[in-house]
Amino acid sequence: MTQTADFDTALRSLLNDVLGLGAARAEALTADSGLFGALPELDSMAVASLLTEIEDRFDVVIDDDEVDGDMLDTFGGLLAFIRAKRGEA
Amino acid sequence: MADEHAVVFDRGRQVRLLVVPPLFEEMNRTRRFLVETQRVLDGLGIDSMLPDLPGCNESLQAFSAQSLRSWRDAMAAAASHFAATHVLAVRGGVLVFPTSLPGWVLEPVKGAAILRQLLRARVLAAKEAGAAESSADLLEEGRNHGLELAGYRLSAALVAGLDAAIPQDEGQRVIRQSDLGGSPLWLRSEPGEDAAQSAALARLVAAEASV
Repeated sequence: MTQTADFDTALRSLLNDVLGLGAARAEALTADSGLFGALPELDSMAVASLLTEIEDRFDVVIDDDEVDGDMLDTFGGLLAFIRAKRGEA
Repeated sequence: MADEHAVVFDRGRQVRLLVVPPLFEEMNRTRRFLVETQRVLDGLGIDSMLPDLPGCNESLQAFSAQSLRSWRDAMAAAASHFAATHVLAVRGGVLVFPTSLPGWVLEPVKGAAILRQLLRARVLAAKEAGAAESSADLLEEGRNHGLELAGYRLSAALVAGLDAAIPQDEGQRVIRQSDLGGSPLWLRSEPGEDAAQSAALARLVAAEASV
């Protein structure tokens, strides 16, 4: 498996852990699936948990001012953000 | 010590486990999980006590008067009151548990990480409301004057304490989520319980407990 596919799997599993989506909903996420604003589970507290877990599991640091609509808008957008952070964009 | 509520399974047995809960919202999220773990431990012949941290859960004390020191003092007093032989500290509980007892720490977390997440939630909520706040400014304000975070009024001492605190474990065995299987229950706003995780944790503790 490539690292890129690993990120995809790891992010699904992370979203499942933080939001309790269930394996089926987590697997069904596509690049265009809406996150912030689309998932009722994702309030500001959940976003804070999500960012902390992303930092932890992907070994990156996210600044407050990097957190915006674009980054959290879709599953694909968040994945791209993490890849860019890891220098894989 | 001031009277605090505790969930107690006490039949005067040899192994007496003090359970030190996580801090803030993670305490509520893991409560059913921990009480279910206590129930399984009871069946395995182990006594256990899960006391409230002062200012939390059923406690009548003011949250705003608490600090890591007051929680450490309370947990030390609880260990002595219940004659605990072992300790299980969970997540942020690892910042305040009585370190002289043998036992286990479950997924320890640094105080600064807890604080960062609380600050971040506040900054995000402010942003949604159209206001700009910065974690760095809030932290500075909190260290000097205390701070309202996620519905908790943190004293200046608690903010400063958290910012500096690292897990206190000294020889206690570290248990990881992967040892329990499943998803970490403290991450979710509505975690419910996971009987399999409680059973796994209880079995692990029971297998390693000795007096």
